[in-house]
Amino acid sequence: MTNHWIDFKNSDVILIMGANPAENHPISFRWIMKAKDAGAKVIVVDPRFTRSASKADLYAPLRSGTDIAFLGGMINYILQNKQYFEEYVKNYTNAAYLVNADFRMPGELNGLFSGYDPKKRSYDPKAWSFQKNSDESIKTDPTLQDPHCVFQLMKKHYSRYTPELVSRITGTPKDKLLEVYKLYSSTGKPDKAGTELYAMGWTQHTVGTQNIRAMSIIQLLLGNIGIAGGGINAMRGESNVQGSTDQGLLFHILPGYLPVPSGDLKDTAAYIEKYTPKTKDPQSANWWGNRNKYLISYLKAIYGAKAAKENDYGYNWLPKLDPGMNGSWLMIFDNMLKGKFKGFFAWGQNPACSGTNTTKVRNALAKLEWMVTVNLFDNETASFWKGPGVDSASVKTEVFLLPAAASFEKEGSISNSGRWAQWRYKAVNPLGQSKPDAEIIHELYQKLKAMYAKEGGALPEQLTNLTWNYGFKRADGTIKSVDIHAVAKEINGYFLEDVEDIPKLKPGEKAPPPPPPGTPKKMLGKKGELAAGFAQLQADGRTSCGNWIYCQSYNEKGNMMARRGKKDPTGLGMFPEWSWCWPVNRRIIYNRASCDVNGKPFNLKKAAVYWNPNAPLPNGKTGAWVGDVPDGPWPPMADEKEGKKPFIMRADGVAAIFGPGMKDGPFPEHYEPMESPLPENLMSKQMTNPAVKIFKDANVKEDVLASNDARFPYVASTYRVTEHWQTGVMTRNTPWLLELQPRQFCEMSVELAKEKGISNGDTVEISSVRGKIDAVAMVTPRFKPFKIGDKIVHEIGMPWCFGWHTPGVGDAANLLTPTAGDANTMIPETKAFMVGIARKG
Amino acid sequence: MADTINQAARKGILVDTARCIGCRSCQVACKQWNKLDADKTVNQGTFENPRDLTSALYNRIRFVEKETPEAVTWRFLNERCMQCGDAGCIKVCPSPGALYRTKDGIVAYNKEKCISCKYCVSACPFNIPRYDANDKVSKCNLCQSRIDGGMTPACAKACPTEALKFGKRNDLIARAKAAKKEIYGENVLNGLGVAYALEGPPEQYGLPPNPSIPLSIFLWKDVIKPLGILGFWGSIGAMMLHYVTIGPKKVDDDLNNKEGGNE
Repeated sequence: MTNHWIDFKNSDVILIMGANPAENHPISFRWIMKAKDAGAKVIVVDPRFTRSASKADLYAPLRSGTDIAFLGGMINYILQNKQYFEEYVKNYTNAAYLVNADFRMPGELNGLFSGYDPKKRSYDPKAWSFQKNSDESIKTDPTLQDPHCVFQLMKKHYSRYTPELVSRITGTPKDKLLEVYKLYSSTGKPDKAGTELYAMGWTQHTVGTQNIRAMSIIQLLLGNIGIAGGGINAMRGESNVQGSTDQGLLFHILPGYLPVPSGDLKDTAAYIEKYTPKTKDPQSANWWGNRNKYLISYLKAIYGAKAAKENDYGYNWLPKLDPGMNGSWLMIFDNMLKGKFKGFFAWGQNPACSGTNTTKVRNALAKLEWMVTVNLFDNETASFWKGPGVDSASVKTEVFLLPAAASFEKEGSISNSGRWAQWRYKAVNPLGQSKPDAEIIHELYQKLKAMYAKEGGALPEQLTNLTWNYGFKRADGTIKSVDIHAVAKEINGYFLEDVEDIPKLKPGEKAPPPPPPGTPKKMLGKKGELAAGFAQLQADGRTSCGNWIYCQSYNEKGNMMARRGKKDPTGLGMFPEWSWCWPVNRRIIYNRASCDVNGKPFNLKKAAVYWNPNAPLPNGKTGAWVGDVPDGPWPPMADEKEGKKPFIMRADGVAAIFGPGMKDGPFPEHYEPMESPLPENLMSKQMTNPAVKIFKDANVKEDVLASNDARFPYVASTYRVTEHWQTGVMTRNTPWLLELQPRQFCEMSVELAKEKGISNGDTVEISSVRGKIDAVAMVTPRFKPFKIGDKIVHEIGMPWCFGWHTPGVGDAANLLTPTAGDANTMIPETKAFMVGIARKG
Repeated sequence: MADTINQAARKGILVDTARCIGCRSCQVACKQWNKLDADKTVNQGTFENPRDLTSALYNRIRFVEKETPEAVTWRFLNERCMQCGDAGCIKVCPSPGALYRTKDGIVAYNKEKCISCKYCVSACPFNIPRYDANDKVSKCNLCQSRIDGGMTPACAKACPTEALKFGKRNDLIARAKAAKKEIYGENVLNGLGVAYALEGPPEQYGLPPNPSIPLSIFLWKDVIKPLGILGFWGSIGAMMLHYVTIGPKKVDDDLNNKEGGNE
């Protein structure tokens, strides 16, 4: 999230689209209700009338997989009706940038942007480059009139998204569309805040990333980023999924969102050169310019004294990806099925239920020599070898199930969606032989290290050289158990040597005269001290830091994450002394964009920060930001000498409406899901996202799609319910929760049920081209047929929390979902696919 | 037993249905605090489960789905003992101390004193009391043990949106009225301890618009029971009451009662 949970209460309009927080994030509704108490309006856009919709002031249905059409229509509405916040757009976004004159868009290129290579199914982003001046700076038109400027291109691109066409694609009635557009764009006024809450309803599509991009553009047009009650807020589906992502859970990022190096980057110099953006703009803070400090401090954290300048800080030991390699979820099981893995750790997960196209996942597990599952309960994955239709005798995979401790059986931090890292204590001891994950990892490490010492192996250093200062060391160097505080401190980082505080000189600035001899040196930190914040980290090995964005979380003042102070000085619910949030306890990211170029808040009543030019500073100067921790101490932009632009993580200091970082186009464009009810895309000749990977292998019979296929005429979506969590491994084993939702069900409209002769409560069979499941029919007016183009399209939905391992609940909904992933992230498209349905028996 | 109530000291819950998101934290939190077993349920084509209160389910959410030409609504009603100010169950209970009023105005019960007569079932205008496997009365007592310890009832504590708000009844009602909410249960039956702010007419939620204690209970309490002092007439009175409220004894009564607890 750019903002945080409590901040929802500061909104004037809350758009819930791509999420169902009443059911999946019930606590969020505490703050949504408080916003409503203060007069806020809540909009819910969802294919189905959900428990969230029941609390909305305005509900609009849309067909799954058509969010970009819906949002593109909103962009068009905002531009046509001049609802955008001009001052914000001009100063804080790249709307004024000029794109090269050869750039063409989908309206002219049959649904494609310039630079597409159909053979490679990818774009050359050079085709989307900006025009440059002779000094390499980007050409701009501050009046936003140039036909090649981002603003005009955006206007032209989205002029195709008329309410009529959008309605034909999404199935949303035109009057509802316009009602939503009107209400939400009312937050374009300087003193109004609109927030967007999304979750997997937006991400799990082949256009997932672009769904969020489209909303980001809307938020920038309306000046809703950086302000209290605004932002674009991903509600995470697990209590600590934010934390695990921060700490490098995904295949392509190291802790702190440093890219995983690829094999062609031979040394730290090459890595730093590639991943350090450059700018000549003195007004751009370009924070990623510090990449070198974060990488070297990370290497020092994991390899300690073994990492030295002479061996390039152990960079060679870091695991590398092959250039261009994708190691995402879909690829893991694709490769596993093809026999490319010997072993697999399914740690705290249940892929034989959660994995899209579950048959493929289950078949892949049978190709392994061994699998270790670490979980609270036995589940579909650990017991896949005795699952329905499996000939157990033929499965050779050796399976180990290690019992893990639950969250309340161990101490540690949990980072919530709002980036708040909150320390939690152990409530009870783990049951039986179950252990906290850290202990299991620790034992595994010790065993592996001993094996390497005894037997040797390929590149043992990447494991044997790891620091492991996680508790009291015995004489032989081993530790008995993991001290989780030591781990937290390593993540925060240390001074490994005394580091003197030498002020950085600005270009042209003269060095101050040396102090008289005998003057004590001013120190940034002393050897052994915990770093106070990432601004102290060094690129020369004198500091360590396991994750730069968590630097400050556990410093010499103590464990900041364990704080429980209840002060709320701004009255905006930021609670700066409650737990700790990254980065540097900043509760609203890009908060300097909540003020004009002079630092005056756009909304005086809900000022996240403001610039006080008279605030005295310790160095004798004056001027400071007051309120939330600002995005850097520099004065606001209007100060030509010292001022900085607000979007400090962008090399150019402004937010990107035109986004060259995407694989599937600089502007979001509507494409149909890989499985669609339509013979053609009503927006263009390009049916599906041109940059997605196509899983087509004659040897993989599991990977089949059925688009516009009479056998599977109904759109389907999967979702979660309040009563169960993820695949239900924990909740299906909690009888009180199984009592509330005892069995797989399928929601459908009264109209579809009538057409198929289905009554409420009947058992039905739902089938896709990949598999079938049984479910109880829930016939409800909360689902309505859509009018798409000239035809009626039905949609159904079902939860994915059930699996065969719990008797009588039904098998996994993911048996139906496709092997198809987003062009940028490869997250599976489980929110829009095609099925058939029939009454059973 | 004489049932007197001090309105000023009365504690209760205000259920604001406009705030309820149907998450059912209340249902689960209640089971946890009161150590109640899970009921075995089946999905009957609705989110609502169990479909009725049981001896192991003291409160539950009723899911009310409605369609008009203009819109669909989905409303959620917390169903439980209303803690009536004029409680039919206490009135009718022939065993002193089995059902009684606490100093906070809660309708509490003591299973050890319950004689399994089930008169309270018939006397309840809201069909609340259930009988457990030992044939003893079971229902919500607003987590009396928690209130005695200065805590909020488990359901209200767990409610994320303050749809269930616990406190001094007078304050809760005053606050809801100040917010221009329509109150159900303000004065009826001498005021319900669990009062409601509804978004529509009570019938829409399956609540009786004018709840009252069945006439037979008045007969018992105010006419026949006093005669019971005369001893002999008392037993006749009890028989009459049984006939009026429950009907003649049936052979399969026991069987029905057993099934009643399991949906």
